[in-house]
Order: sequence, then structure tokens, then C-alpha cells
Amino acid sequence: MTELILTEEAKVVEPTIFDLSSPGRTGVTFPDPDVPRAELPDSMLRADLPLPELAEVDVVRHYTRLSKFNYSVDDGFYPLGSCTMKYNPKINEDTCRLPGFLFTHPLQPIETVQGNLALMHTLQEWLKEISGFAAVTLQPAAGAHGEFTGVLIMRAYHKSRGDDKRVKMLIPDSAHGTNPASSGMIGLDVVQIPSDARGNVDIEALKAQCDDTVVGIMLTNPNTLGMFDEHVEEVIKIVHDCGGLVYGDGANLNALLGIVRPGDLGIDVMHFNLHKTFAVPHGGGGPGSGPVGVAAHLADFLPAPLVGILEEGDDELAPLFGFVTPEKSIGRMKAFHGHFGGGLVRAFTYIVMHGPDGLKDIAQYAVLNANYVQARLRGVYPIPYDRICMHEFVAEGRVEGTDVRALDIAKRLMDYNFHPPTNYFPLIVHEALMIEPTETENKDTLDRFADVLIQIAEEAKTDPDLLKSAPHNTKFGRMDEVKAARELVLCCWLPEDYSNQ
Amino acid sequence: MSYIPISPKEREAMLAAIGVKSLDDLFEAVPAAHRFPKLDLPPALTEMEAASELAELAAANESTRDLVSFLGAGMYNHYIPSVVDHILRRGEFYTAYTPYQPEISQGTLQAIFEYQSLMTALTGMEVSNASHYDGATAAAEAVNLAWAQFRGKRTKVVVSPTVHPQYRQVIRTYTQGMELELADETGAGLESDPAALAEQVDANTALVIVQYPDFFGRVYDYTQLIETAHEKGALVCVVVNPTALALFKTPGEMGADIVVGEGQPLGIPMWYGGPSLGFFTTRKKFVHKMAGRLVGETVDNRGQKAYVLTLTAREQHIKRERATSNICSNQGLLALASAVYLSLVGKSGLRQVAESCYHKAHYAAEQLSQIDGVGLCFSEPFFHEFALCLPVPVEEVNAHLLEHGILGGYDLGQDYPSLKDHMLIAVTEMNSKEEIDALVEVIAEVAHD
Repeated sequence: MTELILTEEAKVVEPTIFDLSSPGRTGVTFPDPDVPRAELPDSMLRADLPLPELAEVDVVRHYTRLSKFNYSVDDGFYPLGSCTMKYNPKINEDTCRLPGFLFTHPLQPIETVQGNLALMHTLQEWLKEISGFAAVTLQPAAGAHGEFTGVLIMRAYHKSRGDDKRVKMLIPDSAHGTNPASSGMIGLDVVQIPSDARGNVDIEALKAQCDDTVVGIMLTNPNTLGMFDEHVEEVIKIVHDCGGLVYGDGANLNALLGIVRPGDLGIDVMHFNLHKTFAVPHGGGGPGSGPVGVAAHLADFLPAPLVGILEEGDDELAPLFGFVTPEKSIGRMKAFHGHFGGGLVRAFTYIVMHGPDGLKDIAQYAVLNANYVQARLRGVYPIPYDRICMHEFVAEGRVEGTDVRALDIAKRLMDYNFHPPTNYFPLIVHEALMIEPTETENKDTLDRFADVLIQIAEEAKTDPDLLKSAPHNTKFGRMDEVKAARELVLCCWLPEDYSNQ
Repeated sequence: MSYIPISPKEREAMLAAIGVKSLDDLFEAVPAAHRFPKLDLPPALTEMEAASELAELAAANESTRDLVSFLGAGMYNHYIPSVVDHILRRGEFYTAYTPYQPEISQGTLQAIFEYQSLMTALTGMEVSNASHYDGATAAAEAVNLAWAQFRGKRTKVVVSPTVHPQYRQVIRTYTQGMELELADETGAGLESDPAALAEQVDANTALVIVQYPDFFGRVYDYTQLIETAHEKGALVCVVVNPTALALFKTPGEMGADIVVGEGQPLGIPMWYGGPSLGFFTTRKKFVHKMAGRLVGETVDNRGQKAYVLTLTAREQHIKRERATSNICSNQGLLALASAVYLSLVGKSGLRQVAESCYHKAHYAAEQLSQIDGVGLCFSEPFFHEFALCLPVPVEEVNAHLLEHGILGGYDLGQDYPSLKDHMLIAVTEMNSKEEIDALVEVIAEVAHD
């Protein structure tokens, strides 16, 4: 027997673009072709194109209204651990849209795109210098794509030496989910390595796993607890001694600019997140850009093509830049040359404006800000790995004597116009709140944020329901996520009676 | 130039609160031997200097604004209405994070939901994810879906040789860890119709991948091929050009299981190849095996219609090594660009663009094929791209064209040895009759030299 449940119709805050459509309305129109019309192949044509019909002003107002439902870096503080939500300089938006960049086709003859190729070659060189690696590819589209590239390179390296029995990837328990997922994509067995009491890789546990079946280790350093591994060189040596390679997850590179070069520590391969460290905006989820650097012994395995110098220049003549294919390349990771405009040009602009000292400042102030917030919150929230942190730290989102959870604290922060920290990650901290202030916040903002978190801890004791039902001051409240997953309404259409309207 | 908003006095107060004397003291965990390397980078520039250095680099290119372009092969020179970039430049969109906190991310979430809706409407499919890196990686993820669907028990993937060569390369890279047989011979079958491809499909085939229009611009009806593949139990993925779908029958109508493609033609600049937009649509029954983020409709606790990321248990941050894919960052902002583009041009505008491309390409093909010694390689219907046989090497023709300020077509001989002296020419709404006539004139000159 079906039970009829009458529910009140949900209130629509902003109709969808399909709801706003009206038959016969037009937005942008195009000129009639200035050539004779050719015959269309009738049997191949589609009967109807069910796209919406709107005027330009309808579209502009709709998306402007939607934009106002978003929190963003331009709006306020985003202490989102491991995401490095720093300020995105406006000049980068202008440089990446220069017509010479915007309107070049990826398959143009190299003689016509020497500006693009010079920029890419220079950026390859700079990233090498910043990281201490011997070679860099700019092709990967995002961090996870860079990881996948790196893992393929590690596998190809072992295979090229006839070392076919290596199937095991070691991954510390504090790692980002992309690390095991990237390894899983090529069928490697993932073995989790625990952390010790100070947040370092547990050396004994690592040794126990190191044998001749190890492909390598995927190491995030500083790790997701914000800790620089105190035994990093030992960890690297142990893995190298069993014939494995060391992958560095570059997600937290912001803490290391001008502080230490991963390549100097003996890491073999690492991806950069240009959208974290080098201020490429996150765009509501992407696009990112994930170049990969490798030590000399892995350079031949990089994806093809790389940008190289085909003819050396001299005092009068610029060099001729073009594409080169590494000898044992793993192949192509995506079509064309990587996220040139949105990723590489912005990152280039950012690096050129910072220089070596400016880059070091970034790391130093990012670490200063994180330690300052940690100092302000010490004693208010438990901090399980309490020592000098790098660019982020992890607190436990719980308050003694209450059943308030990290989620409630996160949601309550929105009422004070702060974006919540990353929560429930890393998985090894109970009720984790992972806080990364970045270098682009001033002391007043950090103080206000700490004050609010202290106040929320008070509220948890006096009025816990205020937290559990938060947020209150935002346009939208907590979501029914179960309903979304159960009903799976994943798109909308024009109404059924649309053409009769 | 620095974006750090902390004064020396504030810094000292903060160091004191932490309990250290200097910034350098914060880094004692870093091995001393490697601490504070001297980076050999050029000294910092001010904004004014950087703006000029970047302008100089950009000006060292000859772009499709300086040259007349007939180059396509996966990226197309289309008009982008002004509104698109005005919306993208709103800091509320481009400086926002992934919408993991739905209460303060409804702008991004609803825009993605609309994007998903627009893509399903365009392709004739049932669900769309929130985007992939590009068309090539979306095609590679289709292989992952099929692999997961058959739990690795079917190990053959039939890839049409007329799928974009770079897409085929990416599929090869992505699948090198799988025990997978990739059938994508480029030597044979270029002249044949989809029936020849159907012969390669067997009981071990997990997936068939075809392109629509194919790499040479040809438009085939794949209905029969899809039927045959389904009889053998295989899935079919169609790689599409989204502009063509304004005009031609959808792969959804033909029965496709997965439709992917490059969304760049939908309001995204060519930007020397990226970032662009990979789209991925499929049937509802495959949604749990699909890679990437997904937005679904729901309500909030105030009874308002709202949107959230849903079915996240497929993804890497929950499922780790058992995730359907490792994808995390996607092409969010560019999905927004194409949603704005499609909303703006709408039903009639997209059809206008597609028809304009069609008529202009056919005009160009007709004029070019009248040149002695020059001809169209194929007789099948085509959209806005076609292969031209030349009496001289493509390189030579393109060099002449460039001297006349024209960016010629793609040299098919690079990927297909049997198509030496064949040029792939793309014509869009951006090419005027005058430009097409100039192309014809120069090619006629070269052909008769």
C-alpha cells in the first residue's frame, strides 16, 4: 500500500535558468551566413533543441543573483586546511586574458607562439629552481592529475629496469584521499603507514613494510597535521634503501617556498598545485593546474611533450622554443599543453612579482599566521599534536562537557561570516578542524577569528542548540543530504507544457 | 611586490605570542643543511613592470586575432559573447572554493546543477557530472567506467581510429596499469563506415568509443553500431562536438551509454589549449560508477529548494583507493562559462552558430574542391570540418598561407601515415566569405606552382 505524504512545496529562492525561460525570447543572436546555404542532411537532424530562451538581461541578473549566494576569498577569511585559499591578485586576471594568450590555438606552428613557449619554458625553469628538481612538466590539469602522472612515472621507472614485482604503494594515514585513489587507478596495492605520537611517519611501521615489492611512498610534507616530518631524511633513506621511490604531495608547498627544496631532501617526484601555492584562483572547484617535477633519474619518463629550446639564441637572436618528447615518456596526460591560460600565465605573473625573497616571505608569514592562531586557541580546543606547526594545524572540534561536534562549530562559524576550516580531515584526528590561515590575512582578521572560536566554545556550554542548528544568519540553512542522495534529482528540464506557454 | 598585510610591529607581537624570537625560528624542524636555500630567480617586479613583461610575451605571439584561422582539430575559434567573461570575473564565483559547505555555496551549486541540466539537454542523455579536465580525459574516464561496470572481466576496448589522435594517446596513458587490449589501429578502416568497426566488437569488449562528428568532420549515424555493440553486451561511448549537437541527432537518441566531449566551443577561449572543459554524460543506471562531482536537488531546514554535492561516496576523499576516480579539482569555472554561454545564446542562438558553421564549411569545401588537383577526401556528410587532399605537402601549403596571414589546417599525415598531404580544415561562424575566398585563392596558387 502506498502512503500518500503531502509535503509543502519547497520555496524557490532563485528559479533555474530553465524556469526563467520563455518561448520566443532571444539573447545573443548571430549574423546570417554570408555564403550560399548548403543543403542540410534531413535524416541526420535533431527534431528539437530543448535549451532555454532568455534575454541577455535575464541571464545577467540570474547569474549575478546566484553569485551573491556564494562565500569567496574576495568576501572574507577562508581558513581551509590544505587548500591554501590565499588572496588571488587581480593583475593575474588581466595578464591571463591578454589577447595574445587568449586567442592562440594549441596547434599553431611554433614560430607563431614563441611568447607562449617562452613563458612555459621559463616557468618550467623557475619551478625546477623553487623545488630542486631536474625537470618539470606543465601538462597535468590539477593536483590529483599530477599525482596520477607521478605514480605512472614511478611505475614506468621500475618496469624499465625489469623490476616487475613492485606493486605496493606506502601511504601515511594522514594523506589526502587523492593519494590512495591515484595509486588505485593503476592497480597498485595501497598499504597504510601509521603516524607516531608527534605526527611523524612511524619509522618502525615503515621499516616493517619496506621490501622489494615497494613501488614507493607518497609523502605529504608538511603533512596534513601541519607538521614538518622530523625524520623526513630518514624516511626517504629507508624507502630508497629498499629500492622504492619517494613521491612528494605538493599540496602543502606554500610552507616551503624558500625554506627548503623537496628535491634537496631526496624526494624523487612531486606535483605542484599552482591553484594553491601560486595563487591561481579555485574557481568554485577548478580549474587547477598540477605541474610535476622529477629528479634527474626520472626525467626521461615525463609526459610528452615538454617545452624545450630547439635552437639556442645569442645576444641578438632569441632562442627558438618548441616541443620535445622525453625518451621513455609515459605518454600524454591530456590533450594539448596543460592549463596554459588559466594556470600557467597566472602563476608566472605571481612568481615574477615575488622574486626569491618574496617567495620566502610567503612561506614565513603563512607559518607565522598558523602558529599565531594556534597560540590563541591553545587551551580552548584540544590540539593533539601541539608543537610549532607549519602553514596549518589541526584542532579537535569539541568542547569539554558538551556533545557539540566539529560540524556544529564549523556551521556556527558561518554565522560570524567566516568560512569553516576543513573538518573531519585528517582522519587520524577525532573531530578534526584543520586550520590554514595563509599569509594574506592580517592580524586583526586572525584575532577576530580566534575570538569568535573562543566565543563559540562558550556558546557550546551555555546554548549548544545554537550551534547544532547553525547557521542562522546565512541565506540557506543546513541541507537534507539524504533526500538528495535518495531522490537523485540531478538535472531539470523545460516544463512539459513549455511550448504552449 | 607583496600581498602580505602584516606590519613589522604586528609581526613582532605575533612572534611574542607564539614564544619565538624570529620568523626563522619557526623552521627548526627543517634539516639545517637544506634550510633557506638561495633561489636563483629574477628579482621581484612591481605590478607595473610585470604587466609590461607579460604584455610583451603575449605580443610575441601571432594569435587568431592577428591571423585568419582555419585550424580546428579539437579546439575551435568561436565568438564568445561579452556577458560570459563579465560573469566569470565576479570574485564571488572565481575566488570561491569547491562547494563543500552548501549553506554558503548555493551560487556555485545551482550553476553546476544548471550546467548538468544543459549538458543532458544537449546530448540527449540522463545525467551529467560537474565536469572533467578536458575532452580527452573525459574519454579516458569512460574507459574506467566500463572497466568498473564489468569488474575487469571484459578486457577489450574498441576505439575508432577516427577518434582524435590525442584522445587515443591519453586513453593509452590512463589504461597502462590495466590488463586491457586497445583496438585502435590507425592504418586501416579510415574510409569505412561504422559497420567495419562493429565487426571488431566481441563478447570480451567492454566499450566501443567513436567520435561524432569524427576527427575528419564526418557525421555518421551510429544507431546500428550501438545496437550491435549492445547485442554483444558492450557499452558505447560517443565523443561529441557540442556545437554540432545543435543541428544533428543526439547520441542519446542513437542509444549511446556515455557521451563525452570537449566543451571549449561553448564560450571558452582557446587559451593555447587550456584550461578548457571536459563534459561527461551518461545513463542514470551508471551514475554510481561515474567519476567526478555531482550536484543534486534537495531542501534546506528552512524549506527552501537548494542544491548539494551528492553521491560523494564514489569519490576519493571518502572511498580513497576504491574510489571511481582520483579526480578532485575539476573545471568548475569553465562549466559556469558554458552554462552562461548556453543560457545566453539559447535554443535559437546555438542553432544559428551551428548552421553558420555548416554553411560556411560547405561553401569552403565546394570552392576548394574546384581547384585542379585538390579534392575532398571523403563523401560522407560533414559538419564544420573536412579533410582536403592536396597535390603538395601540407607543410608547404601552410607556409604559403601563413605568409598571407592565414593559419592553415591541421596536417593529418602527422597521425595517419596513409593521409600524407591531407589537410583538416575547420570553418566556423568567425570566418567571413572574404576570408574563405582568400584561403581558396592561396591554395590554388600553391597547387599550381
